[in-house]
Amino acid sequence: MELQTLTYIVVGLSFALYMVIAVWARASTTSEFYVAGKGIHPVANGMATAADWMSAASFISMAGLIAFKGYDASVYLMGWTGGYVLLAMLLAPYLRKYGKFTVPEFIGDRFYSRTARIVAVVCLIVASLTYVIGQMKGIGVAFSRFLEVPFEAGLFAGMAIVFFYAVLGGMKGVTYTQIAQYVVLIFAYTVPAVFISLQLTGNPIPQLGLGSTMADGSGVYLLDKLDLVLGDLGFAAYTEQKGGTLNMILLTLSLMIGTAGLPHVIMRFFTVPKVRDARSSAGWALVFIALLYTTAPAVGAMARLNLMNTIQTGPVAAADANLAYADKPQWFTNWEKTGLLKYEDKNGDGKIQYYNDKSESFAETAEKAGWKGNEMVKVDRDIMVLANPEIAKLPNWVIALVAAGGIAAALSTAAGLLLAIASSISHDLLKGTFKPEISEKQELMYSRIAMAGAVLVAGYFGLNPPGFAAQVVALAFGLAASSLFPALMMGIFVKRINNKGAVAGMLAGLGSTLIYIFLYKGILFIPGTAMLADNPSGWIMGISPGAFGAVGALINFAVAYAVSNATEEPPEHIQHMVEDIRVPAGAGGASDH
Amino acid sequence: MTSDKAKDYWSRNLRLVLGCLVVWFAVSFLFGILLVDVLNTVQIGGYKLGFWFAQQGSIYTFVALVFFYASKMNKLDREFDVHEG
Repeated sequence: MELQTLTYIVVGLSFALYMVIAVWARASTTSEFYVAGKGIHPVANGMATAADWMSAASFISMAGLIAFKGYDASVYLMGWTGGYVLLAMLLAPYLRKYGKFTVPEFIGDRFYSRTARIVAVVCLIVASLTYVIGQMKGIGVAFSRFLEVPFEAGLFAGMAIVFFYAVLGGMKGVTYTQIAQYVVLIFAYTVPAVFISLQLTGNPIPQLGLGSTMADGSGVYLLDKLDLVLGDLGFAAYTEQKGGTLNMILLTLSLMIGTAGLPHVIMRFFTVPKVRDARSSAGWALVFIALLYTTAPAVGAMARLNLMNTIQTGPVAAADANLAYADKPQWFTNWEKTGLLKYEDKNGDGKIQYYNDKSESFAETAEKAGWKGNEMVKVDRDIMVLANPEIAKLPNWVIALVAAGGIAAALSTAAGLLLAIASSISHDLLKGTFKPEISEKQELMYSRIAMAGAVLVAGYFGLNPPGFAAQVVALAFGLAASSLFPALMMGIFVKRINNKGAVAGMLAGLGSTLIYIFLYKGILFIPGTAMLADNPSGWIMGISPGAFGAVGALINFAVAYAVSNATEEPPEHIQHMVEDIRVPAGAGGASDH
Repeated sequence: MTSDKAKDYWSRNLRLVLGCLVVWFAVSFLFGILLVDVLNTVQIGGYKLGFWFAQQGSIYTFVALVFFYASKMNKLDREFDVHEG
């Protein structure tokens, strides 16, 4: 069957499934809307958390990042999984014991401060909105590439689906849909990986294939072969470190505590029945995430090897060893159309040369062979996962599946984020601060309106992405790492922290992180207002703006501790509350005040 | 629960968390980044050991660690009789 028809069928079927679940899992109380009535089984919650967490970035971008950065991309693998260890041991069980609906609500109650609650709401909305814009764009791109409809049409279709099941079902509907989306996305990710691993190494398990010998009978290990192929063309070795060590450590740490501090992830642990379920559920979430995250390194390395071998078909500098442009495969033409892949015949020989023209040691070889520079002038790393099945010449149904998987990843994350935004508006701002007199029924209506509003705002930014959308992802993690995570952790582990300490700590962590990011990315991301050069030699001690969250968190801890000890102890009932959340016994059902 | 018992429960919990975090730190920051060059001199199949920890081993250890913590805590809860009904 033709690829496009097949893609329509597969994506259409997955949408039909989400709709059926939405109607079946409608929410009728605020507890169902915010926390799915606290009735989700820990394994099911783990699966939903995995889909919630793994976005278009994990599905589409991460393997591409690994393919081109090699070992250095390990920071994302360790950072985005190691955060769950912190979440499981430092936050999830205690916040579940506390038994409320939102993250700002805990901060407001624990630090008996409306200011603290509002600071938390602002952090939550900025971090979540930033994230959701990226998802919306991912949905539009996936639609336009695979279904060949205009970008806008794809975006509207995605918005309509999310609108339907999130407004109707709240957390309950979102959770059950996310479980289905996880199944779709993990299937779509691993199937092509298994095929490619079999082709290259003869081993069907990608995690083992990456450490195996090539299937071509040469007896060479795949990773050694990749190092060799890249080295021959002047690129740095795949398995070797290229960036600074301090930056790698801080970036990994920032991603870990940022992950543990992201509200849309934390609130998933409010939905399980018991404290002990919150602990094991984090483990299940990590199992389901690890399935994709341990496959990604294999996908990245194998995609890179396939790409290099497609273009450089024989020994470097041999006469007939480069792919002729006239013989380029279909996927090459398809991606050229999107502008994400660009070729320029610099030496006019009609063939494609792909090598590192910035390498001095390789310059001589290149000159002798008559090469006049790298002719693959643009290879967008985001295309690697999507183009991977085509490069490996896999059957059409696999390619259709990848399209459905990418869309599932983006939809599930968008829904989780929108829910976090909507619940903090209706529960923290309206019910908790400005309109405490509204009834539960009214609050439920307001949360649905807030959800509808959030979908529209996200859709608007998806259509008109602000120029700074890509840069602010560092900000989302920076905010979560430097303000929310330390406040939550100290709220549980340090009884002595009072309202003044917490607010001062959050503002100091947040402020220092914002200043550092703005120094390099421009004040409020306005182009031309950056004061320092955003490259490794311009960074203070080699710390990139994205890695500063860990430093901001340290500042937050230090300031909160110092200010709290200089001022009065928190009141008696707050200290009792902290003692109470430290033991699991007595965790009740959902309560909203 | 008496306050002595509560203190005891909490300090046992803290010790467990600390132990787990030492392992968490070792497999990622230590084996995956700081000692990566040393470990890379050891080869397991096609993987250099340091590279393996950074892209595979650390993640497997994280999963095991969370389940280990959860089961230890469940035991501790029952020992101190603070588990849920």
